[in-house]
Amino acid sequence: MPSELIHEFMRIDHLPHIWCPGCGNGVIMRDVAVAIQELMDDPEVKLNREKVVIVSGIGCSSRAAGYMDFNSIHTTHGRAIAFATGIKFAKPELEVIVLTGDGDCSAIGGNHLIHAARRNMGLTVVTFNNDIYGMTGGQYSPTTPAGDKATTAPYGSLDRPFDIAQLAAGAGATFTARGSVYHVRETIDLIKQGIRHKGFSLIDVYSVCPTYYGRKNHKGGPVEMLRWQKENMVPTARYYAMSEEQKAGKLLVGTLTHSEYPEYTDEYDKLVKRVQAEMAGR
Amino acid sequence: MAGKKKLVLDTSWCKGCGICVAFCPKNALELVEERVHLKPDNECVLCGLCEMRCPDYAIWLEDLEE
Ligand SMILES: Cc1ncc(C[n+]2csc(CCOP(=O)(O)OP(=O)(O)O)c2C)c(N)n1
Ligand code: SF4
Repeated sequence: MPSELIHEFMRIDHLPHIWCPGCGNGVIMRDVAVAIQELMDDPEVKLNREKVVIVSGIGCSSRAAGYMDFNSIHTTHGRAIAFATGIKFAKPELEVIVLTGDGDCSAIGGNHLIHAARRNMGLTVVTFNNDIYGMTGGQYSPTTPAGDKATTAPYGSLDRPFDIAQLAAGAGATFTARGSVYHVRETIDLIKQGIRHKGFSLIDVYSVCPTYYGRKNHKGGPVEMLRWQKENMVPTARYYAMSEEQKAGKLLVGTLTHSEYPEYTDEYDKLVKRVQAEMAGR
Repeated sequence: MAGKKKLVLDTSWCKGCGICVAFCPKNALELVEERVHLKPDNECVLCGLCEMRCPDYAIWLEDLEE
């Protein structure tokens, strides 16, 4: 029998999972479970597990919705945010969490992403961002760094990569953050903040795909890929204590943007009430 | 109450990625035939970092029964 946490929050009859040795997905999935557990135990929040819905699309990472023992739905490629929008609309009291790959959410699903952000839908999106299409064998994704290789970019990708968090923030997301597989505690805290935030929140978690991205780009195995995160990604307090020169080439692990704007289902509810009152007064 | 803990391993879930071995601050773990093991002479301080980092949930801390 696995640990209490795994037993409590995962469908253990589906485990061990099918992800490759050293794949970052297992760590991020656990981060989500710990975040939920800590919010359930937090007397200020008392998150009700029955109100949590996990929604995913298609990809290696999207299999997480099948492993997590919650109300969950494993949808079609790119459409996780669209399904999640429908769920949130039908029952705004639900805590809808989207687990999605970089391809799922920023390639085929890019439109759903920007429009859910624009509306400030009350969703929490956690990306498992491994810079590649893992499930289909290593095609480049919108987050593959320029110059890096993939089966569809054998001489290196020409495209400028998306920064998914920046993209979401630009489209109107009111909470965006960056996490990583290496920075477990920080990432759990960012997911918790994202869940507590009212409005569209996106936590872009940098994952590792040693099998395709790592192998194609000579990044070493999972250990070397995590060392890269340790050396190049810097948690908030340390990051802001660094000089501009020290910050060069380093990525912040922490909150990127945070703003207030009315949440969409609230506004919709107000609209319905206003129109009903107008109709009744006729 | 924070009682005593013990480290538990389920080698049947281990895929031998080596992450716990590389990041254990006490160098207490090793891979034997591609599966994690606690070294016979180890200085494990029960910090739980391996549990946090294991992508396969094959190693964790558990409360020691009194
Ligand atoms: C409509 C449709 N187009 C294409 C596919 C094939 N497909 C499955 S997963 C995937 C990309 C997965 O990449 P990503 O979302 O980054 O997830 P990862 O596997 O890397 O976790 C693609 C193109 C599909 N299943 N459905
Ligand atoms: S192909 Fe890559 S993303 Fe998919 S399970 Fe393997 S390591 Fe993980």
